[in-house]
Amino acid sequence: MPGLGASFGRGGATTFLQDLQHSDCIVIQGSNMAECHPVGFQWVMEAKKRGAKVIHIDPRFTRTSAVADSHVPLRAGSDIAFLGGIINYVLQHEKYFKEYVLAYTNASFLLREEFQDTEELDGLFSGYDASTAKYDSTSWSYAGLEGDGREGGKGAGGDDLGHAEGESHGSGGPALNPNEVQKDWTLQHPRSVFQVLKRHYARYTPEMVEQVCGVPASQFLEVCEAVTANSGRERTTCWVYSVGWTQHSVGVQYIRGAAIIQLLLGNMGRPGGGILALRGHASIQGSTDIPTLFNLLPGYLPMPQAAEHETWEAYLDGIRSPQQKGFWGNAESYVVSLLKAWWGEHATKENGWAFDYLPRISGDHGTYQTALDMVDDKVEGYFLLGQNPAVGSAHGKLQRLGMAHLKWLVVRDLNMIESATFWKDGPEIESGELRTEDIGTEVFFLPAAAHTEKSGTFTQTQRMLQWHHKAVDPPGDCQSELAFFYLLGQKVRARLADSGEARDLPLQHLTWDYPLDADGEIDAEAVLQEINGRHADGRLLSGYLEMKPDGSTAGGCWIYSGVYADGVNQSARRKPGSEQDWVAKEWGWAWPYNRRILYNRASADPDGKPWSARKAYMQWDGEHWVGPDNVDFPKDRAPSYRAPEGATGPDALNGDDPFVMMADGKGWLFSPSGLVDGPLPAHYEPAESPVVNPLYGQQANPTREVFKRKENPMQPSGDEPGADVFPYVFTTYRLTEHHTAGGMSRWLPYLSELQPEFFCEVSPAHARERGLENHGWATIITARAAIEARVLVTERVVPLRVGGKVVHQVGLPYHWGVGTDAVVTGDSANDLFGLALDANVHIQETKAAACDIQPGRRPRGEALLRMVEEYRSRAGITVETGQQRMTQRNEP
Amino acid sequence: MSLGKSFLGWPVLRQLTGEDRTGRGPAAQSARSAGLLPRTKTADRVVDSVCPYCAVGCGQKVYVKDERVIQIEGDPASPVSRGRLCPKGSASEQLVNSPGRVTTVRYRRPFATDWEDLDLETATDMIADRVVETRARTWQDLDHKGQKVRRTLGFASLGGATLDNEENYLIKKLFTALGAVQIENQARI
Repeated sequence: MPGLGASFGRGGATTFLQDLQHSDCIVIQGSNMAECHPVGFQWVMEAKKRGAKVIHIDPRFTRTSAVADSHVPLRAGSDIAFLGGIINYVLQHEKYFKEYVLAYTNASFLLREEFQDTEELDGLFSGYDASTAKYDSTSWSYAGLEGDGREGGKGAGGDDLGHAEGESHGSGGPALNPNEVQKDWTLQHPRSVFQVLKRHYARYTPEMVEQVCGVPASQFLEVCEAVTANSGRERTTCWVYSVGWTQHSVGVQYIRGAAIIQLLLGNMGRPGGGILALRGHASIQGSTDIPTLFNLLPGYLPMPQAAEHETWEAYLDGIRSPQQKGFWGNAESYVVSLLKAWWGEHATKENGWAFDYLPRISGDHGTYQTALDMVDDKVEGYFLLGQNPAVGSAHGKLQRLGMAHLKWLVVRDLNMIESATFWKDGPEIESGELRTEDIGTEVFFLPAAAHTEKSGTFTQTQRMLQWHHKAVDPPGDCQSELAFFYLLGQKVRARLADSGEARDLPLQHLTWDYPLDADGEIDAEAVLQEINGRHADGRLLSGYLEMKPDGSTAGGCWIYSGVYADGVNQSARRKPGSEQDWVAKEWGWAWPYNRRILYNRASADPDGKPWSARKAYMQWDGEHWVGPDNVDFPKDRAPSYRAPEGATGPDALNGDDPFVMMADGKGWLFSPSGLVDGPLPAHYEPAESPVVNPLYGQQANPTREVFKRKENPMQPSGDEPGADVFPYVFTTYRLTEHHTAGGMSRWLPYLSELQPEFFCEVSPAHARERGLENHGWATIITARAAIEARVLVTERVVPLRVGGKVVHQVGLPYHWGVGTDAVVTGDSANDLFGLALDANVHIQETKAAACDIQPGRRPRGEALLRMVEEYRSRAGITVETGQQRMTQRNEP
Repeated sequence: MSLGKSFLGWPVLRQLTGEDRTGRGPAAQSARSAGLLPRTKTADRVVDSVCPYCAVGCGQKVYVKDERVIQIEGDPASPVSRGRLCPKGSASEQLVNSPGRVTTVRYRRPFATDWEDLDLETATDMIADRVVETRARTWQDLDHKGQKVRRTLGFASLGGATLDNEENYLIKKLFTALGAVQIENQARI
């Protein structure tokens, strides 16, 4: 979550669910919390019971809206305009928390003369290169710094290698040397971050919000008033979001928008405040912390890049500046400990800690690029581990066609998911595009163990690791991933044990001797201990502060170090909540260092006193920081401490630098580095939108990742000819009774009975316009696919007036897929999408796109293909359509 | 003679003479239902767990009898969930014991029209062979620009957000040692 990382320093929710009860106002935006996180929602209701105002901002009226004080329906894909409007309101009406903003943010920092804003360049920032569609971020840096402010590093988007950089700030702000930054404490200097922010959002007026979002200005102002009235010394507001925000071609900047508001209002690091990212899978936070992602190593250390990170020294200088402040300054210790954990005695100072055993990345190796490479026969094999891309990924047809090109496919799941059976019952078999007898893919289906059949940790939405204990043995051939990959590693290593090839050294030298438990299976606690880390003498580390750059410590994920402090599995602690305060520090373990509210130094004023008695949390008692949480700051550093000249790393943090991972110790209203698509959020339309961007000539995100290929036809957008063929906005979402692509829900009779059938939600006016009948059928069409769904005509969806015209929105739950094994099946909403990705994180845009909808069922067989082709033809779609990224009229 | 057979055991008399005057408790209970016990009472053991669906991380109590999961309940001790589970979490016993769950290895040969059986050991050996062969065939010491990359783009992996941290750790470790970089999960999807 680089939106959070490039604002505060870590890519995790900044607070915890139980603390919502202390909020005076809760804004839920891009999330249907009551239905998608129902048990967590109890804490919103607790807050409401205590008098908090609850605001739900979302295209659809849901059960979250039903219990909120107000529901604000807005057009899917317009949230940045709404958030920018709030920022403008806060600045124009001087509602920001001045002491907080001055002390804890980079508002007073001066930017360079070369910096040009979207206001000057019609929707582009300075540094844009139209030939590569990437930014050189040098001009976004602070005044007074050389180059882009990094030692030896390159601009965030300056070359093709920089393209994958955006995500590497999950726990450590971007590298930057802050010592020479010029500041203006009066905030009046025209190049101060504060004034730049003011100018950037000056046109995001209530009237503009109404025009872009379809929200009446009066309703928008009510939100502004509620949020500002419930922020400040005495009160705090929390912002809650989920994938309704992240899955956009400009998704990272949605989160940045909330980050700026929360910094301006002084809500970060304080009880009842913060930004709560709600994650949708049991361990999705864990799977980025210990990443099964191509561009990261454990603990958000970047994967080395070809050329840029040729040597160990170049890598190290590339990921951190030796002069920078804060705990990211010690990155060398974290990397060396990781390499020691993986290659033990074979990682030595002389061989750069076996750095060359790491493969190099060069550009995007994400899942969508990989699917296209499958189609091109560049990929032979594929492991699917509890994931169902034939249903769950955007552009399902591309996923299935890609898999039909593989030599071998291994599916490890609880149920016979559609991705395992596409070769005999996928939609392309029915349409005649594929024939089972022609598909050469060898498929292994290996049954997986359930959560009750293995021990291990999930990291839930508030960064908390919780151990689940094995209850029974897995049945039949079922195996955990732990057992399977341990055995696979043994078998592969045995096959290459005597090889003389240099490429096999990383396998031969890999530490892969794990103790077995009583059942003869690899012991998960031993793996957690390796993750936690050890001293050379075998003692477990108490935390990452003990990690050393000299090879005397080993540890697999520095941010998780401490989960085995004192030799105890801290994640398995279960002291009942009723016997603890609401922070519940003795239940599970949260990274980092079991801190529950991040940046909680900011809960006290610069002198270390609570901002108010009502909002007291951590405070300085003269010798230590004390309070109900573990302080997210050096424990004994006085508020008055000023770092000596030349200090670096944690020693350089002043007593009032609460953002301890950031190179300058401050929260970033403006991100001088770390993001590839701009230092401030600007409203861009979704890649496919029936609306012309009212704010800039630049229609959509100019850096979005596009794939100009015949397999990925994109639609005309805005006022381009043919855009009117797809006049409606659609968005996808989850239901309470199903889970993502259905692999864990559509095979359960209970849940299938509760939500048996795929449906679409449309408003009564929309139904009249298209002749749709409640309980009847509708066909939804895009340039990729036509799918059918039962019609639900409901006032939960309202037509919005946007830019003088009425925009209808269609809501689609995305849980169903075409196959024969599940209890319930149906067309998949994800088949509708094309590929347009956020360039920071390569996430696809599946929360806002354009479609047509017609009454009746879709055609079958070849007629279905003809229907989609007819739409493409009518809209004049070629391989070039929608792939043009720079669309503003004025040359920058 | 048991109460049930005698008129003295009639519910209406019990209601009028006992403490349950509204007839909504013991007075209305039959002998059979009085003898019923919840499954959770007869479990051999109760194991602490965590719900596998969304990321709220609700505490679960897993009830086991005769080495089989017989019930899953919310854990009242959890400070986050306070004993509650949503419809999915409440259905998780069926996730484990689902009638449709596949518990044996299935294998589809290239161009075949149906599955066949395969034993687990053979399947794992075949997969290890495929990994080794594909890796050797697709290995790159240098990329097309002549830059050192030491990797394979010949195979990929997708998944992780439903897995344990320890599992993701081993997957990342093994793939990285293999030089395989195309590892992805739902965190983006």
